[in-house]
Amino acid sequence: MSDAWQDGVYDALVAAGVRQVAYVPDAGHKRLIERCHGNPALATTVLTTEEEGVALLAGAYLGGDRGVLLAQSSGVGNCINMLSLPVECRIPLLMLVTMRGEWGEFNAWQVAMGQGTRTALEAMGVLVYRVDDADRAAETVRHCAALAFNSGRCVAVLLGQRVIGAKVFRR
Amino acid sequence: MSLERRVATARLLRDRGDALVVTGLGSTTYDAYAAGDSPLSFYLWGAMGGAALVGLGLARAQPNRRVLVLTGDGEMLMGLGGLATIGAAQPRNLAVVVIDNGRYAETGMQRTHTAHGVDLAGVAGACGFGASETVRTPAELEALAERLYGAPGPLFAAIKVAPDPTRIELAPRDGPVLRSRFRAALLGGDGAL
Repeated sequence: MSDAWQDGVYDALVAAGVRQVAYVPDAGHKRLIERCHGNPALATTVLTTEEEGVALLAGAYLGGDRGVLLAQSSGVGNCINMLSLPVECRIPLLMLVTMRGEWGEFNAWQVAMGQGTRTALEAMGVLVYRVDDADRAAETVRHCAALAFNSGRCVAVLLGQRVIGAKVFRR
Repeated sequence: MSLERRVATARLLRDRGDALVVTGLGSTTYDAYAAGDSPLSFYLWGAMGGAALVGLGLARAQPNRRVLVLTGDGEMLMGLGGLATIGAAQPRNLAVVVIDNGRYAETGMQRTHTAHGVDLAGVAGACGFGASETVRTPAELEALAERLYGAPGPLFAAIKVAPDPTRIELAPRDGPVLRSRFRAALLGGDGAL
């Protein structure tokens, strides 16, 4: 499956004025992560767990930097209590979440959190938008970035497995 | 004779100058406020485990300003992986200081892992903090205060303090107010979005 759509997402993030990128790696973000590391104007931070990114990007915003958190749906569960920081302080947070546990998933252990991702985010007050067509990824990120940074809200873009492709397990 | 947390915090903040300060929820927020309020103090009232990472994001956004995170041992223990993230990122302008009473003071003074021998300065050192130490005496505190805002980071110190209860000093806690006053003082304008 082509990952060229990630170049469009990268361009949308740069155009939105993003200066800091925090991530726990996911195969669906592989090319985007490489593009971010390749841009010396971006401060790109690898995390041990996703809630670190929620805190880090709140600090970045206090310091004048816009940021983005790249995560997998399993990592959304790690973020829940930390989301109280940007939600309570009306600090913008943009999250790009690659989905597992749906649409051709092989690994049953991904299903519980994948299916709970939207509900968990919405329970914490995060606005959730979903992309199932790669051609819509960049424009969705562009408009969700505008929403987050113009309104001080937490906004998540869920990138479905129809976009990123189901992970292939080979013996 | 153990160090007292309010005295230690006040000593460290006395020379803060234009440094940016982030405090962990509970006692360290009260300690920092008791030492004197500033719009450049961002008091956390929740988000347990996140203080050091708020400091990292701030340090990366403001590489020419010193960033000081003051937090408690319980708060630091909840975000221990953050020490690895900071060690990997190597921010030269970040200092993390843990006021370590070995207790969860907010919830009834239960013993934390540090009271059972876990060595936070050892963890930070192993994660790649260039300077990492445990402070136990007034002389060691003085030495820390003298290099806290100048020595290259990432710098870590755990200050062992007495587990005596202290009075709660209610720091400002309205999130958008804390956000906007901080950004206005740092970036100019009204600090809003």
